[in-house]
Amino acid sequence: MAQIELDLAHAYRANPQRDEDYALLPLKMSFRDGGAYALLGPSGCGKTTMLNIMSGLLTPSQGTVRFDGADVTRQTPQQRNIAQVFQFPVIYDTMTVADNLAFPLKNRRVPAAEIRERVGRIAEMLEMSHQLDLRAAGLSADQKQKISLGRGLVRSDVSAVLFDEPLTVIDPHLKWQLRRKLKQIHHELKLTLIYVTHDQVEALTFADEVVVMSRGRAVQVGTAEALFERPEHTFVGHFIGSPGMNFLPAHGVDGGVRVLDRVLPVAGRALPATELRLGIRPDYLDLGRPDEVGTLPARVTRVQDIGTSTMLTCEAGGHALKVRLPAERLAPSEGDTVYLRLIDTHTCFYQDERLIP
Amino acid sequence: MQLTLEQVGKTVGPDIHLHPLDLALVPGAVTVLLGATQAGKTSLMRVMAGLDRASSGRVLVDGRDVTRASVRERDVAMVYQQFVNYPSMTVAQNIASPLKLRGETDIDRRVHELAARLHIDPFLSRLPAELSGGQQQRVALARALAKRAPLMLLDEPLVNLDYKLREELRDELGALFAAGDSTVVYATTEPGEALLLGGYTAVMDAGELLQYGPTAEVFHAPRSIRVARAFSDPPMNLLTAEAVAEGVRVAGGGAWPVALPPDAPRALVLGVRAGALRPQARPGDVALAGRVELAEIAGSDTFVHLHSPVGELVAQLRGVHNLDLGTPLTLHLDPGQIFIFDAAGPLLRAAQRTQTGGRG
Repeated sequence: MAQIELDLAHAYRANPQRDEDYALLPLKMSFRDGGAYALLGPSGCGKTTMLNIMSGLLTPSQGTVRFDGADVTRQTPQQRNIAQVFQFPVIYDTMTVADNLAFPLKNRRVPAAEIRERVGRIAEMLEMSHQLDLRAAGLSADQKQKISLGRGLVRSDVSAVLFDEPLTVIDPHLKWQLRRKLKQIHHELKLTLIYVTHDQVEALTFADEVVVMSRGRAVQVGTAEALFERPEHTFVGHFIGSPGMNFLPAHGVDGGVRVLDRVLPVAGRALPATELRLGIRPDYLDLGRPDEVGTLPARVTRVQDIGTSTMLTCEAGGHALKVRLPAERLAPSEGDTVYLRLIDTHTCFYQDERLIP
Repeated sequence: MQLTLEQVGKTVGPDIHLHPLDLALVPGAVTVLLGATQAGKTSLMRVMAGLDRASSGRVLVDGRDVTRASVRERDVAMVYQQFVNYPSMTVAQNIASPLKLRGETDIDRRVHELAARLHIDPFLSRLPAELSGGQQQRVALARALAKRAPLMLLDEPLVNLDYKLREELRDELGALFAAGDSTVVYATTEPGEALLLGGYTAVMDAGELLQYGPTAEVFHAPRSIRVARAFSDPPMNLLTAEAVAEGVRVAGGGAWPVALPPDAPRALVLGVRAGALRPQARPGDVALAGRVELAEIAGSDTFVHLHSPVGELVAQLRGVHNLDLGTPLTLHLDPGQIFIFDAAGPLLRAAQRTQTGGRG
């Protein structure tokens, strides 16, 4: 296992001039030995480029990759001792489950007794002990992907295990099990795990720290809690949470902010007298009494029963706002006017898309 | 348009893909086909479209038997998981193609209108290959909408898109379906997606249609353990129990004062949705003590996996809860929030739905 340090940039074209020419803008990042990390972002944000640079599938156009201080920039994945799990199962159909799991160990000439012990342990963790003698060919796509995960985790001597969207082909129910297994395996084996995904639930639940990426940049690195509670950038506010943070244009005034035609008092802090954006998550946006001081009136345009909660879509001054209410709360009806409590301890203010601390 | 399936079944060689089923789709509304991979969603859609012929039963469109009519003889628009567009045509030409086929006038205006609704109007002169996956799928959707077919079939149309894009497009599609008058069938594996789309839901499992009704109704009153399992994410906690004088006795736990219907059998299964479990007790609650196996913080919620004498439980707690592995934790539950099933499967009593005007 290794601490991984990146100090690099990558462009797929020669002589990059502008920001857009870079798949990864110049960055410095460090991944702790034994940590679980997720690289999260939309298609084209650079997360797979970063993963491929760590694995050695791709050489960065500038800068270095270090494992425990040693420069490995030009080493292959084999030389770096990296295990990888991809989106679709990569296994040998004609082999048994046990032989598939043992394959990476046999390749490294691990003694037979140790192989048996290790394969047995991984199979048990993944609840595949009863399937060890079955041929992989007869298994479902879900089961095959479990073998792929097992193959990635079977070696104890790897520098890191890299996962590229490993749960894409898995049905929702099995996802719950596998996420939990991965987490438990991480606790037990203390491997360095790096996980690429566009799925925030997978990223937030899997990783100790999530790297949120956009357009070749790491916008924020933080715990699930930090990304949810205090997004440092409006992109993170929007991207994390489902639906994302609500934003409204605001202007700092004496003692508060002006939002649309209302002045809302903000206690305990002074905001700059300039154009701002107010951000509040649907989960924290609450309804006040009619004409309550400090609220913004809005019209309810849609009410959705989404099972454990009720989702309201509201409209104020041409802006759409989402409100998530607990299911047991009496919800307003479409067309009703509601009074939104925009100012709360969870409210964030942004200047030039950056969080005002 | 009224699409009715009567005892429609599909077998391929020795394999049963669809057990004979009856289904009358609510006209002009969206029907979500919900089920895991291999549940029979795609098989059913292909029969609805006329791409495959049913092995048994009849398919009726507005009362007319179309069982033997091919897809070309039916007025159907389809959208698949994989984006299907004409690669050599521009985005505008792709969207215009069904309009031209129908000999419509005013094609330019319609193309612009549809493109604007799906936010692809800046790309009208580009080729599909020059667009991102999400944009290509929007083109495919615009083409399907342009066709204005009375029946629109969408087979997991968002599955290959990014999570966030999926969320935005799902929201837009929900509004488009509600505004249009097509009968829409939308297949998904995700319970959350069905709830967000609303309309009606048909729950499928292993080639069987298990329940059809308004989406919220099916969610809140699943007819059987199988439906409850298919329509819960996080998975529903299922506890083995038996009927006793004071209510129910949970295997591995105590007796709970749960009111049972008069004809309840002895062997029961109790269903508890993850969101019904709380760390704070309220008067009248029953308690479940255990040890934290894992706490997954997902931002707005924390998913707590609890190891307890009654089995493994998953709780969905609002907000961020930092709980270390092995921490003892007691969760509380309003007995009214329990789904009571006959151990053989059928629902005996659904969880109560209480709404209050109080602050949450």
